Amino acid sequence: MISGYLVTILITIVIYAMLAHSLNIITGHAGQISLGHAAFFGIGAYTSAMLYTEAGFPFWTSVPLAAVVAGIVGALLGVPCLRVRDDFLAITTMGINFVVEAIFLYIPFFGGAMGIGGINLPKWFGREMTKPEYFFLILVVFVFFLLLDRQLGRSWIGLAWASIREDEQAAGAMGVDVVRFKVLAFILGSAIAGLAGGFYAHFLTFIMPQNFGFGQSIVILSMVVFGGIGTRWGPIAGAIILGVLPEISRPIMEYRTLIYGVLLLGMMRFQPGGLLGPESILSKTFQRTIYRLVSPE
Amino acid sequence: MPLLGITALSKEFGGLRALDRVSFTAEEGEILGIIGPNGAGKTTLFNLISGIYPPSGGEIIFQGKSILRLKPYQISHLGIGRTFQIVRPFQNLDVETNVLVAYGHRFYPSLWKSTGPFRQPGNLREVQTLIERTGLRSYAKHLAKNLPLGFKKRLEIARALALQPHLLLLDEPSAGLRFEESAQLMELIRQVCDQGIGVLLIEHNMHVVMDLCKRIVVLDHGSKIAEGSPEEIRSNSLVIQAYLGKEA
Repeated sequence: MISGYLVTILITIVIYAMLAHSLNIITGHAGQISLGHAAFFGIGAYTSAMLYTEAGFPFWTSVPLAAVVAGIVGALLGVPCLRVRDDFLAITTMGINFVVEAIFLYIPFFGGAMGIGGINLPKWFGREMTKPEYFFLILVVFVFFLLLDRQLGRSWIGLAWASIREDEQAAGAMGVDVVRFKVLAFILGSAIAGLAGGFYAHFLTFIMPQNFGFGQSIVILSMVVFGGIGTRWGPIAGAIILGVLPEISRPIMEYRTLIYGVLLLGMMRFQPGGLLGPESILSKTFQRTIYRLVSPE
Repeated sequence: MPLLGITALSKEFGGLRALDRVSFTAEEGEILGIIGPNGAGKTTLFNLISGIYPPSGGEIIFQGKSILRLKPYQISHLGIGRTFQIVRPFQNLDVETNVLVAYGHRFYPSLWKSTGPFRQPGNLREVQTLIERTGLRSYAKHLAKNLPLGFKKRLEIARALALQPHLLLLDEPSAGLRFEESAQLMELIRQVCDQGIGVLLIEHNMHVVMDLCKRIVVLDHGSKIAEGSPEEIRSNSLVIQAYLGKEA
């Protein structure tokens, strides 16, 4: 039997992996920098928490609705974001994060600084789910998203995203409806983050505005960049490594932001493509090993 | 009915008149040369036709319909392909994938079709035909950023052709190329035009323009100062003045 502590870490990691993966759709695939991804995580968490505690919705509908609401808000906020690029987009998304956090904090309806409590793990077969069961539930959902990501990567949508990431103006001149595909990336990325928020709320059973602040957005972005932006497995590797590190020892937890910062600096200097980026030492070694194994002689 | 009809087209940037009531028409299967000194408004003209920014005044009629309020992608769907003066291939995609992006114009409008995989044998065959026609066969799997300039320019033409255009806007295709490269490119442009595609050609190399075009439009300081056959242009005093300056 897996220990409770280990399960807690595992669940946290899958939730972070889901977040990093969802940000990777917006920033990695479509090339739109976002410094406010935690806003959609929060919108999802608050939506499912409010629906569960106030409106009496069960977990099985409150969490999917959290994804829907986060996706809709992502589309609405995606529209002003379409008018700006690069550094301006970074600032705009950061602003969105501050606004969303402030709304949770200062509007009593959302529980203010006290947050929302009394959210429980889902029920099935007439009893509450155990934590290992919950872990497998969100793992299955995450694997589904990974398969979806692979499918999208091979589709015209994935190709359109790649062209926008490379050169927006040229993409437009080559028949790509830039606005439509950007909004699609924002909707998808925000909805998955919202779903992760729903899972998070029901796992923590208690949420506060601070969980979804700018710092959280940076943690998510760090995972994506550290692992390899735009790659399928990079953000997951980033979520595992940066998610486990603070759990290994208290000192690391205390100096978490410092360590993340140093890691990112080192990464940008020596491996700008990330741990699993196409040019990284790791993937080159991996390719060489494979080559040696399969090549005759 | 001309393929492209441009009437009194103007564009102001702040107080600067980049283009001032320019009018001309272009026909199918014709290579229309557009020449003029630096800053004459040639690239501005292309950016207006391809919808990158809206004109301050005037009208652009393509195949009988106004394309003034259309977005760049809508204009490309109607069949206007373009290349860029400073080449803009998708640098980190290979040649084949670059062309596939433009080939996808028939799938993008439907969200359902967009979810389909793009590396299908049918699509790849069409794209490979284009790659061969533009002489990029041995580079098909190379990343665009690793190509020499001449091949990047070919890639831009291949990409524009994947839109199945009726009109092609070529912005200085021979600039920066060696003589043989530029000769090969001219041959390619001639072949494109023989298929009935109209070509607007911005070009600084007079040799290329005089050789390829039966009709030439000359711009200077945003205005059209002359239009006619290469012979007429060569002997036009306004054109000579624009290029060489006024005699004292």
